[in-house]
Amino acid sequence: MLGVAAAAVLALPLAAPVYHVLLMLPFMAYAVILLGLNLLFGYTGLVSFGHALFMGIGAYTGAVLTTHFGVRSLELILLTAAALGALVAAPVGALCVRYVKIYFSMLTLAFGMLFYTFLLKFYRLTGGDEGIRVLRPSLLGFDLEALAKIDYLAGPYYYYSLGVLALAALVMWRIVHSAFGLCLRSIRDNPAKAEALGISIARYRWYAFVISAVYAAAGGALLGPPTGNVDPTLAYWTHSGNIVFMTLLGGFASFFGPVLGAFVFIFLQDTVMSVVPYWRLVFGALLAFLVIFAPGGLMGLFAGRRPGEVSRV
Amino acid sequence: MAANLVNILMGGVFHAAILFLVAAGLQVVFGVQRIFNLACGSFYALGAYVGVSAVQAFTAAGGPPALFILPLALAGLLVGVVGVVVERGLLSFVYDRDETFQLLLTFALVLMLEDVVRLTWGTAPYSTSALYLTYGQVNLLGATVPVYNLIVIGASLAIALGIGWLLARTAFGRIIRAAADNREMAEALGVDMRWVYAKVFTLGTALGTLGGALVIPATAAMSEMGIELIVEAFAVVVIGGLGSMRGAFVGALVVGVFRAVAIAVYPELEMLMIYLIVIAVLVLRPRGLFGRVAV
Repeated sequence: MLGVAAAAVLALPLAAPVYHVLLMLPFMAYAVILLGLNLLFGYTGLVSFGHALFMGIGAYTGAVLTTHFGVRSLELILLTAAALGALVAAPVGALCVRYVKIYFSMLTLAFGMLFYTFLLKFYRLTGGDEGIRVLRPSLLGFDLEALAKIDYLAGPYYYYSLGVLALAALVMWRIVHSAFGLCLRSIRDNPAKAEALGISIARYRWYAFVISAVYAAAGGALLGPPTGNVDPTLAYWTHSGNIVFMTLLGGFASFFGPVLGAFVFIFLQDTVMSVVPYWRLVFGALLAFLVIFAPGGLMGLFAGRRPGEVSRV
Repeated sequence: MAANLVNILMGGVFHAAILFLVAAGLQVVFGVQRIFNLACGSFYALGAYVGVSAVQAFTAAGGPPALFILPLALAGLLVGVVGVVVERGLLSFVYDRDETFQLLLTFALVLMLEDVVRLTWGTAPYSTSALYLTYGQVNLLGATVPVYNLIVIGASLAIALGIGWLLARTAFGRIIRAAADNREMAEALGVDMRWVYAKVFTLGTALGTLGGALVIPATAAMSEMGIELIVEAFAVVVIGGLGSMRGAFVGALVVGVFRAVAIAVYPELEMLMIYLIVIAVLVLRPRGLFGRVAV
C-alpha cells in the first residue's frame, strides 16, 4: 500500500498534468506540518488552535531570508525556520502545556493571534497585509534561476519537497515508535498513571509541543516558494483550524492518517472550487459529518473502528 | 482634551456594549453546556446581515425612519431561532464526546455560516449608515456622541440586568444554575436536559445575533466580521473568566475601552495589547477575573 503510494508520487511529474503536480506541492508542505501536529493531537491528546503561528514563522523565515538577506539555499532556510520555530515554541510551549483541553486550545489560539497581529501591524518588517515576496530558493547548492517557473516547481522543487516529506515521515516514525512516543501515548490515555510511573508529564508534553512546532515551521517554509508570496492569513486562527480539520479528515488515530487528510483536503478543495466558489459551505458540512459520524476519519473508516472508540481522545 | 477623551471612551463603551452581548451568549452556552462556541461570531454576522435586510425592507415599505430600530432589534432577536436548529440538528449528537469534537463542530459552523452569508448577501459591504444619525447627537463634555450609541449602551445594560434577573430570580434560572453545577443531579431531579440545552443555546445565539443587528447602523456588514469578532469575544471571556456573566460584563468593558484607547494613541498596538492581556490572564489567573471553574 505504502509502496504503491510512493511509486505513484515518484512517477507523478512524468505522467500527470502539470496542474496536478503543482497541487502536490502544498499537499507535501501540509503533510510535513500535519505529521508534527499529530504528534501533539493524536499521540499526546492536545489540540492546538494556534499552529498557524509556527507555519507563519516558517513561511516568513523563507521570505525574509531570500528577499532581505540574500540567502537562497533552501537547506539553510529550512534549518533556520526549524530553529526559529523551536526557539519560539520553547517559551510558548512551556506556558501552554501547563493546561489541557479547551484551555490549551485557547492559549495556543491567543499566541497565534498575537503573531498574526504582529505580522499585520508591523508592516515595515513584515509588509503588513500584503506580505513579502519569496524569491526562488536554490536546491542543494544548485542555482536554478535559468529554469522556467513551472519547470522549476514541477521538477526539482517537487522532488525536493518529496525528499523533505520522506525524511520528516521517517524521523517521526522513529519518534512515535520509540520509548518516548510510548510515554506520550500513556500520558494521553491516563495522565495520572503515567505520572505515577515516573513520567514527567509537563516535560514530555513540552517536548512534543516543540517537535510539532519544528515540523510546522519547516512545512511552512515549503509553503512559500510555490506561490512566491507569504501574507498574514497564513498565521490567522482559521488556518490553525483548517490543519486540525485535515488531521481529523485523514484520521488522527493513525500515523499516515493526517498525510491522507492533507491530500484529500487539497484536492477536494480544488475540485469543489472549480465548480462553486463556496468551498467553506461544503467543507463545513463535511467537517460536521466527520465529527458526528466518523470521528476516526478516512483511516478510521478503513479500519472499521466504531466512533465511540476513537472519540475520547 | 476632555472632549477627545470622552469621544474615545464613549466609542470604547459602545463597542463594549456590543461585545458584551456576544460574549454573554458565549458564556451562557459554555457555563451550561461546556461547549466553547467558536460560531458565536458567525451568529453575530448573521444577525448583522438579517438586520440590514430587515431595515431596508422596512424603509422600502414606507416605514418611518425614526422607528428603524424596531425591525432591526426584532430581526436580530428572531434570527436567533437558528440556535434551536443548530443545537438539535448538530450539537445534540456530540454531548457525550470529548470537547475537542465539540470545538471542531462549532468550527464547522464557522465555515458553513461564512459561506451562507456570502451566498445570500454577496461579498460587498452592506450598510444602513444613512439612518445612524436619525436620532441626532448630543453634546457630552464637549464631545458629540450619536444618540443611537447611547440607546445601544442602554439596551445592553438592560439586557445585562435582565440576564442577571433571569439567572437569579426565575425558575428557569435556577434550573440553568443547577444544570451548570451538576448535570446528572439536575437530570435525576426530573429536569429534561434536552429542553434546557435547546433553550440555553437559543438564548446564547439570540444574544449574538442581536449584538450583530445593533452594531449595524454604526458600521457596515462584511462577510469577515464574524471570524474577526470571535477573537475579541474570546479575549473578553478569557479576561472575565469562562462561564461567568459578571466576567463577560467586565471583560467587555476592558477589551472595548482598551482597544479604543490603543487605536487613538498607538494604532499598531491595538489588538496586540489585547492578546498580551489575554495571555497574561491565562498564565497568571486562568480562571479569569470572575471565573470559578478550576482548570
